Amino acid sequence: MYPTFKLSGHQPARVLPGFNITLGFTITYLSLIVLIPLSALIFKTFSLSLEQFWAAVTGPRVMASYRLTFGASFLAALVNVVFGLLLAWVLVRCDFVGKKLIDALVDLPFALPTAVAGISLTALLAGNGWVGQYLEPWGIQLAFNPNGVVIALIFIGLPFVVRTVQPVLEDAEKELEEAAACLGATRWQTFQRVIFPTIAPALLTGFAMAFARAIGEYGSVIFIAGNMPMVSEITPLIIVGKLEQYDYAGATAVAVVMLVISFVLLLVINALQSWQRRQTGSAT
Amino acid sequence: MSGSPQTAHPTDAGTSEPAWVRRSLIGLAGVFVFLFLLLPLAAVFTEALRKGWQAYWTALQEPDAWSAIRLTLITALIAVPLNLVFGVAAAWAIAKFEFKGKAFLTTLVDLPFSVSPVVAGLIYVLMFGAQGWFGPWLQAHGIQIIFAVPGIVLATVFVTFPFIARELIPLMQAQGNDEEQAAIVLGATGWQTFWHVTLPNIRWGLIYGVILCNARAMGEFGAVSVVSGHIRGETNTMPLHVEILYNEYQSVAAFAVASLLAGLALVTLLIKSVVEWQHARQLKALADLPPERPPSIPQAAATAAAPASLKA
Repeated sequence: MYPTFKLSGHQPARVLPGFNITLGFTITYLSLIVLIPLSALIFKTFSLSLEQFWAAVTGPRVMASYRLTFGASFLAALVNVVFGLLLAWVLVRCDFVGKKLIDALVDLPFALPTAVAGISLTALLAGNGWVGQYLEPWGIQLAFNPNGVVIALIFIGLPFVVRTVQPVLEDAEKELEEAAACLGATRWQTFQRVIFPTIAPALLTGFAMAFARAIGEYGSVIFIAGNMPMVSEITPLIIVGKLEQYDYAGATAVAVVMLVISFVLLLVINALQSWQRRQTGSAT
Repeated sequence: MSGSPQTAHPTDAGTSEPAWVRRSLIGLAGVFVFLFLLLPLAAVFTEALRKGWQAYWTALQEPDAWSAIRLTLITALIAVPLNLVFGVAAAWAIAKFEFKGKAFLTTLVDLPFSVSPVVAGLIYVLMFGAQGWFGPWLQAHGIQIIFAVPGIVLATVFVTFPFIARELIPLMQAQGNDEEQAAIVLGATGWQTFWHVTLPNIRWGLIYGVILCNARAMGEFGAVSVVSGHIRGETNTMPLHVEILYNEYQSVAAFAVASLLAGLALVTLLIKSVVEWQHARQLKALADLPPERPPSIPQAAATAAAPASLKA
C-alpha cells in the first residue's frame, strides 16, 4: 500500500532497527508462557494408553457435558447473531437518545469479570430474583438447569457479533442500496439481496467467535448451571472436577480434546476473517 | 466513525425503513440491552446494598477481602507490564518487518484467547504442580508456584497474553513505516524513533489495550481458580473471594466485593469510550486536512483499530 525502499530483488531494506531483538524477545516469551506449557499438556497425554485416553474422553458423564457445552454454545451464538445484528443495525443506522451509552454498554461482557456476571445473573433468575419471581408461577425455570447455561453464554458472547458487524455496516456503500431502491426493490428485498450478502461474512465470523468463547467459558456458567452431573455440567467443569480428585491424566485427556477443538475454531475464525477482508476489499 | 466523505449522503430517500419499523427495531434492541446488560449490572449493586451501607462497608473491611484486593492488584501490576512490553515488542517485529512465518506467529500470539481458561490453569499445574515436570525439583528447592502467588500471576499472564499485542499489530501495520524511516534517515536512534515517532502514533491503541488487559487480569476466574488452591487470606483473588463468599451464602459480602469489580468494569468502559472518541476525533481532524499533506493514519486504521479488540 505504501512504497517501501527496495535494494535488490524482493528483500526490502531494513532501515528500521530492532528486528532481531524484538522478534527474539517475542518468540522467547511466547515459548515460555504459551508454547512450552501447552506442550506439557500434549506430553502428559502420552502417558496414557490409547484405550485409557479413549475411556477418559468418552465416559458417559463427559459425553453428556459435550452435548451440553456444544448445544448451549451453539444456541447462545445463534441468539447472539440475531440480536447482535439488530444491535449493530440500530447503532449504525438509527439515531436515538442514549445511543452512545448503549454503544459503550455492549462491551460490558468483556469488561465485567465472569464470576460477577455469574452470580448476578443467578440472583436475577433464581426463583426469588427480580426476573425469576415473575417466571416461576408460569413454571419457567431459567436458573440451575441448562437454560441458565444458555443465558450465561448469551451474555458472554453478546459483544462479538455486534463488534464484527458494526464496522462492516459503517463501511457499506449506501449507493448500492439507493440503486436497488431506484430499480424498484422494496426495503426488505434490498436488505435480503444487497445488505445481507455484504455482512454475511462478518455475521459468520461473529458467530464463530461467540461460539468459541462460549465453549471454553467457565466462570459465569458454574454459578447459574446448578452443575448436576449428566444434566447441567459443562466440559470445563469436568476438567476441574477431575483435577480436584487428583485425576491429572483424565483431566489432561479432556483438556486435550478441548484444546484441539479450540485450535480448529481459531483456524476457522482466521479463514473467515480473511474471507471477510477479501469480501469488503472487493466491495470498495 | 466512517470518515470517508463519499459515503456520507445528505438524504436517505429510498434507503431507510418506514418509521414504525425503525422505532420497533430500536425498541427491541432497547429491551434486549435492558434485560441482558443493564439488569445484571444493576443487580450487583442492589444485592450489595440489600442490607444497607453499614453491612456493605463491614463486608469490605474484612481482612480476607483486603488480602484478596491486595493480591488482585499485585497480580495485575505484574501481569499487565509484562504483557505491555511483550505487546510492543511483538507489534514492532510483526508490523514493521516482513519475515517468513509471520502469519503463523500472529496466530500463535492469538492462541491464548481461544484456550479455555480452565485449560490455561491446568497447563501450569502440569508444569509446576507436585507431580508436574518441574514439581520434584521445585519441591527440593522449597519453591512453591502452584497454590501460591507465582502460579496465579503466571495463569493471569497467559490469559491476558494477546490483549496489547493484537491491539497494536493492526494499528502499526496500517500506519506503515514511512515516518519511522524518515526519522532514522534524519539520524535518530532506534529508541528516539520509537519514543518520539511511533509511541505518539500508537498511544490510543496502547491505552486501549492496557485497560482491557487490566480488566481481564483483575477479573480472571477460571484459570486462576485452577492454580490458586483457594487458601483464604493468602491465594484468593477478588473473583475467587466472591465465589467463596457466595458459596457460603454470604450474599451481601459476595456482592459487595463483586460491586468493586463491577465498578472496575464501568471505569474500563468509560476510559475505552473516551479513547474511542479521541481516536475518532483525531481521524476526523486528519480527514479534514488539506489534501497536499498526506494523512499519516490512513482510512484503514479506523477500521483496523475497531475490530481488533474483539477476541477478548
